[in-house]
Amino acid sequence: MSVITIERKVLEKNDEIASKNRGLFQEKGVFAVNLVSSPGSGKTSLLERTLEFLKGKARIAVVEGDVQTDLDSRRIEKYGVPVVQIVTNGSCHLEAKLVQDAIGRIDLNDVDILMIENVGNLVCPSGYDLGEAMKIVIVSTTEGDDKPLKYPAMFRNSSVLIINKIDLLPYVNCNLEDLKNNALQINPKLRIFETSCTTGLGIRDWSEWLLNKGSNS
Amino acid sequence: MHELSIASSIMGIVLESVPSNEEKHVKIVRVKVGELTAVVPESLEFCFEAITAGTPLEGAKLEIEHIGITGKCKECGGVFKVASLTFYCQYCNSPNIEIISGNELQVSEIETED
Repeated sequence: MSVITIERKVLEKNDEIASKNRGLFQEKGVFAVNLVSSPGSGKTSLLERTLEFLKGKARIAVVEGDVQTDLDSRRIEKYGVPVVQIVTNGSCHLEAKLVQDAIGRIDLNDVDILMIENVGNLVCPSGYDLGEAMKIVIVSTTEGDDKPLKYPAMFRNSSVLIINKIDLLPYVNCNLEDLKNNALQINPKLRIFETSCTTGLGIRDWSEWLLNKGSNS
Repeated sequence: MHELSIASSIMGIVLESVPSNEEKHVKIVRVKVGELTAVVPESLEFCFEAITAGTPLEGAKLEIEHIGITGKCKECGGVFKVASLTFYCQYCNSPNIEIISGNELQVSEIETED
């Protein structure tokens, strides 16, 4: 009987490619963010509002990830920014290789901020490094206030929380303070923004923060 | 999570780590699974058994070491188990902690029969 020591990470191949992506972003001065949330939280709408606000102020490119269709990238195209659609055909999360292939189709020399919209899923994307500078998790008020406790890995691994659909608070069973406290319990360092893509509330604060991050990288 | 694709990656790592004439002698594969990875151990065992069936690794047992979440405080240096998903230092209540265990997903060692 012999024992062979291995000590290799199961996701090492993904991590290697993620490192390469990260290196490339750093070299080109691109601030890359990985937008994660449940399906329907408003990632694409938030992207649209952000692109509108930052038009002319920053050079932004978008990578869209979906199981099927290019519906999201077609929405983003209208804003005149480089956008690449990844269709996973079944995979419920993006992986570093898919992002590597996508960014190969963008001239990163002309990009300040890269926004990667992950597949709608609060579980699996948390484990797959894409090479981003940070994950931004979006929760909408219609999802209730307990989601940070139910999906701790995603909230722990994110740097920013955007609470979206804030205009619907009067109509839903969501206590905003409880939601924030639950999120901060999991990740006390979360930077929190409150937005409504319908009314435009909070879009300025969030976009200006992003712009600031983008110019500092 | 993706227990089947994780089982497949584990199998790939094991096959790369043993000479091909010793593949069928792999009896135990030890892996570390951290609590924060959201991998379900029973599901992983089942998928490993399914994916190795009919291969030289058929019959190899997957032994999973569950790793709990441990935090280390950057303020007071205290090391503690993170209980009830509360990520504050249990000594000084600082939020400035780093997670030193709980994110593992790795193949640690294999046992072969000569």
